[in-house]
Amino acid sequence: MTNLLNAVLVLLLVMNLAALGTSRILAVTHIVAAQGVLLGLIPLLVHEHLSITVALTVIAAVFIKAVVIPAIIIRALRDAQIKREVQPLIGLLPSIILGAIATAFALLFAGQLPLAEDHEGTLIVPTAISTVFVGFIFLVTRYKAISQVIGYLILENGIFIFGMLLIEAMPLVVELGVLLDLFVGIFVACIIINHINQAFSSMDTRKLVSLKE
Amino acid sequence: MAWVMICFPLIMAALTAVIPSNRTRPWLLPVTAVVHLALVVFVLSRPDLMTTATWLVLDPPGRIVLLVVSTLFFFCSFYAAGYLQYRQERPNRVFCACMQAFLGIMNLVVWSHHLGLMWVAIEATTLATAPLIYFNHTQRSIEATWKYLIVGSVGIALALLGTFFLAYASLQGGLESTMTFESLLQHASQLSKPWLRAAFILLLVGYGTKMGLAPMHTWKPEAYGEAPGVVGAMLAGGVTSCAFLAILRIYNICLAAGEHIYTSRLLIFMGLFSMAVAGLFMVGQRDFKRMLAYSSVEHMGILALGLGIGGPALFGTMLHIITNGMTKGVLFLSAGNIHRAYGSKSLDQVYGAIRKVPLSGSLFLAGFLAITGSPPFGPFISEFAILNGAFGAGRFVAAGLFLFLLLVVFIGMGSTVLQVVQGTPSPEIAAKPYRESILTAAPVVAMMAIVLLTGLYIPAPLSTLINDAVAFLECR
Repeated sequence: MTNLLNAVLVLLLVMNLAALGTSRILAVTHIVAAQGVLLGLIPLLVHEHLSITVALTVIAAVFIKAVVIPAIIIRALRDAQIKREVQPLIGLLPSIILGAIATAFALLFAGQLPLAEDHEGTLIVPTAISTVFVGFIFLVTRYKAISQVIGYLILENGIFIFGMLLIEAMPLVVELGVLLDLFVGIFVACIIINHINQAFSSMDTRKLVSLKE
Repeated sequence: MAWVMICFPLIMAALTAVIPSNRTRPWLLPVTAVVHLALVVFVLSRPDLMTTATWLVLDPPGRIVLLVVSTLFFFCSFYAAGYLQYRQERPNRVFCACMQAFLGIMNLVVWSHHLGLMWVAIEATTLATAPLIYFNHTQRSIEATWKYLIVGSVGIALALLGTFFLAYASLQGGLESTMTFESLLQHASQLSKPWLRAAFILLLVGYGTKMGLAPMHTWKPEAYGEAPGVVGAMLAGGVTSCAFLAILRIYNICLAAGEHIYTSRLLIFMGLFSMAVAGLFMVGQRDFKRMLAYSSVEHMGILALGLGIGGPALFGTMLHIITNGMTKGVLFLSAGNIHRAYGSKSLDQVYGAIRKVPLSGSLFLAGFLAITGSPPFGPFISEFAILNGAFGAGRFVAAGLFLFLLLVVFIGMGSTVLQVVQGTPSPEIAAKPYRESILTAAPVVAMMAIVLLTGLYIPAPLSTLINDAVAFLECR
């Protein structure tokens, strides 16, 4: 079980780096959606016996992360008619390298934290932390508002991976609340992106500088 | 009872959304506010209603925040009704609905005694307030809303990670992993220390973003600068107090786990750093609403500092939640009036406010004196109690820096405020027809009276509330 789990987690890490190295926003959205599907596999591998509430949570999470949110993002992309992140703050290759460094750091950091017996030998904690870092890299280095939304989604995915360790402690209401917040947050962000696009005729957040000090 | 308090504003929000008339809709705000304040007073007088079988518990610090939020909303609702009469050209359906939903969600933050539920509620406040900041639909307000949403959501996401870390600390400590505050407090000594420490940092950064502690305060000047004054008042007095409540609860767990040296060092550092950043940006600030945002950063710093010092400073810290909330209400609402009278918030156009809008101008000046800690107003008492506590706890360096930074802020803020109120308004501004109405003036006067009263005399029920909260935080 642990080997299979670690294989899935490594795949998630590779997807992070692939997302960092892709300039077409549509392709990045597809990668993140695929990540959402993989996230749904983790609880099956962590817990042998799945209760109904856990199964429900996982189905809801996959549905929102892999279907609903990518659909909203793709719609926003179509409305705004943009295809790629033209000039990120740092190039694609350097950002992959940065992502790799962050992953290495996450592995080192996770080694410092004590784990419960059941979770020894799995890569859940380092994968979670590294995915959070990659989300941050996205948020900081990309200028298109929609890329920042994708960065936020990746960051949430990282937190979700960590949450897998606690899936039995998290009550269903709270899990669903977290997902609802994520959904509404991205929905509101996409509405505002639409307004940014109309008001500034661009989705580039570098145009949002009138309030700089 | 908890459910009534949380759901009533939400139901009213839904009701508001279906009312077609732009003119009558804002009047539902005061109705909600009056009923809600009555409910709060009723609950506070009946201790048996404060605990429920579920995760909804009103702990002593929560009572203080609930009182502040409800009182602030009470005054803001009347002001908002007056404000929206001026702004009939803009549809206010979303504004009114979000404002009331926001009250309901803040109630959920206060009542929730489950880490996960509290997180959901605090994130929901971000989402409910984003449309409020966007009310004016200008380019600048889009920019402010975008920054608020992204910075706020990312910060809060880190708090979720911290929440998970804290839950894992209990799992690692050999406990049934749990996320209610009662059981975490009860078993605090068994929590795994490395996870607890990592959790505290993430939660401090996450909820600190929502509070607006430096260096995570970057959304604040934008959001407070561009939002209508009444929204600024609710953000500066309500949301930030709720986020501080979250930090208070986490602090309480760390204290019970014997980690107070670690947490207080971090809190004192963040507090003083926030005050220093606020002081730096306040000097020479040309935009008086942005100046208020930095003042809010400063006061969040004071709260964090007071909490970090702990022990003898806790009374002042709890009192400061109340005095800061009320004084921020005075400042933002009177600043909103001045902004409307001049059609600008830059010092290049705004001077002579005391001649153009005598009442709002003098309230703005009085609010400035109060917030910078001049006697005889409320913040003087709370800041003095924190300073006293710092000396009492033997934190002489922190106390010295605190005093010095208060002085810097006083000078920085004073130069901006005096430029706003003094002088003679330019002829074209003086010719602009603008009269203060009772709805936009009376709530500010009433709040100023409360600020003054808390400075002169703290009524017995209020001091009982504060003392209960202090005893609760000290784990007595």
